[in-house]
Amino acid sequence: MTTPLVEMRDISISFGGIKAVDHVSVDLYPGEVVGLLGHNGAGKSTLIKVLSGAYKADSGKIFINGEEATINSPRDARRYNVETIYQTLALADNLDAASNLFLGRELVTPFGLVDDGQMEAETRKIMARLNPNFQKFAEPVSALSGGQRQSVAIARAVYFNAKILIMDEPTAALGPQETKMVAELIQELKKQGLGIFLISHDIHDVMDLCDRVSVMKNGQLVGTERVEDVTDDDILGMIILGKKPGQAA
Amino acid sequence: MTDTSHPVPGAAKRRSLLDTLEIDTRLLGMIGAFLVLCIVFNVFTDGRFLTPRNVFNLTIQTVSVAIMATGMVFIIVTRHIDLSVGALLATCSAVMAMMQTAILPDVIGLPLGHPMIWVLAAITGMLTGTLIGAFHGWLVGYLSIPAFIVTLGGLLVWRNVAWYLTNGQTIGPLDPTFLIFGGTNGTLGETWSWIVGAIAAAAAVAILFQSRRKKSAHGFPVKPMWAEVTISGIVVAAIMGFVATLNAYEIPSRRLERMFEDRGEIMPEGFTASYGMPISVLLLIIVAIGMTVIAQRTRLGRYIFATGGNPDAAELSGINTRMLTVKVFALMGALCALSAIVASARLSNHSNDIGTLDELRVIAAAVIGGTALAGGLGTIYGAILGALIMQSLQSGMAMVGVDAPLQNIVVGAVLVAAVLIDIIYRKRTGAKI
Repeated sequence: MTTPLVEMRDISISFGGIKAVDHVSVDLYPGEVVGLLGHNGAGKSTLIKVLSGAYKADSGKIFINGEEATINSPRDARRYNVETIYQTLALADNLDAASNLFLGRELVTPFGLVDDGQMEAETRKIMARLNPNFQKFAEPVSALSGGQRQSVAIARAVYFNAKILIMDEPTAALGPQETKMVAELIQELKKQGLGIFLISHDIHDVMDLCDRVSVMKNGQLVGTERVEDVTDDDILGMIILGKKPGQAA
Repeated sequence: MTDTSHPVPGAAKRRSLLDTLEIDTRLLGMIGAFLVLCIVFNVFTDGRFLTPRNVFNLTIQTVSVAIMATGMVFIIVTRHIDLSVGALLATCSAVMAMMQTAILPDVIGLPLGHPMIWVLAAITGMLTGTLIGAFHGWLVGYLSIPAFIVTLGGLLVWRNVAWYLTNGQTIGPLDPTFLIFGGTNGTLGETWSWIVGAIAAAAAVAILFQSRRKKSAHGFPVKPMWAEVTISGIVVAAIMGFVATLNAYEIPSRRLERMFEDRGEIMPEGFTASYGMPISVLLLIIVAIGMTVIAQRTRLGRYIFATGGNPDAAELSGINTRMLTVKVFALMGALCALSAIVASARLSNHSNDIGTLDELRVIAAAVIGGTALAGGLGTIYGAILGALIMQSLQSGMAMVGVDAPLQNIVVGAVLVAAVLIDIIYRKRTGAKI
């Protein structure tokens, strides 16, 4: 087997005595989508924020391409080509699409001033690929619809050549048409060899899009299964009861 | 909204005209309000309000508050507040006054009027302001004390540090080299004012067409050529009109006579000279340009607005929002020092009550200028226009002869009303904040 793109080994993190993530290990291979499932508060978002640099783990190690990685901030994560699409989208509502896409990584002119023209041109290019109907380049993103905002957030992750993509509830705020768009995008990115962590509530989403699922409950990993080996009911059992398929009830 | 589905005849056409010109309607509204104010005062003062002399005085009175208001925009945009700017101005003013009247001449031995005096005094003042501002920023950003509390404390602390340093005495007269920043004591004169005006007009037109060229290069839509030319014409006319007005204010002949006497000459019969543009106003223009460039064309400015719009998103994008807070407050401190130079030079001494209540004028100017206290929104030109409106209101009422308590009542009411109008305007135009 090839080396995993990401391996999170024995990660623990607690907040004020509560173990939000308790010795959890997950891994991700190139061209693979791994779903992270669990109830609210199961610890899936917290686990993934350790990888995206928003939280620092109390213990445990992260390996990227087999080498130990030190991720202390979102900036560090970006250096390892880890890009995150947050559930909240993490957009500055008062800025336009281009400013959001390049936030923290602005293109500058030789004088060190931000090059808005160049950034808008690049934004137009990538949006033409992701969401051809997108036209509102001059408006602040607060004026955009949920789907349009989502495509800005996705464009931000895709533009910078992510190798590892984290999607936190990417379809939660979307209509059917836009959900389909995200699904197609995930397939395309898979083909390009990206590894994707997909956090979701929706079992159907996960069964359709993922290769493997890792289920968490109360901060612990219940188990990781290949989707073709399990049924929806098995997964539900893991989420609700915290029992592995095949275990006696 | 209903009013868009039934357009008043003519309104649609006008809207499309404004759209074509791409003029900020909010800016237009403020300029309109300002003009109405000027005309009303002009009528009530029998034409004394819009004389070159009063326009000249109005501009030099506005400079100090306007400079600080540009910094306050960044503070408020990042969802903070600074209540200590007036007190900080006083401390900087005290430090600079002591530098030039005691330390530099007595300890270092520079003769009075030595050109290095104002330079060294100004540098010391700027350093003082920047360091105190950075300290405030550190308390807010790194120790997470609310800016309201830090600067409320700062208001008391720095006001009284100034008092303590000077024993409450008025320090003056300040060095003649320093007084050039005060207004009437330092002006460019007629010729240089025209030159500065011409350079400014040429630069403004160059920038307009440069940005058009860039847009075309990227294939973005540009406004029609006639719109570009119209805007350029308005800008050039405004700049030149302003310079012409300042140049129309002639130095009183008695003052001119004295200036000739000082040089041991006799004034020729019928000699006249104009003040031209005050150096303090030039300073404000430079600050305004600098701050606008920071706001719109630098990463610092982009991060300031991003943090104001969504602090979490800024943090997740790898922006160091704590350090950003330090920078924003340090910049505010530096601008307070700059205002201190202008304010103390205008009075030609440091007095114990210098800058009192300036924090309120500065915040009011920024808010009237459209800076949203919720953060993320604000413009430099708006804040300067806000300062100008506040100052016009104040001195206009004084000229009309409105009683002092009534003046403050009106100013307070105008502040609240301006924000209300702004809220209504933003709702109408569909902005969310």
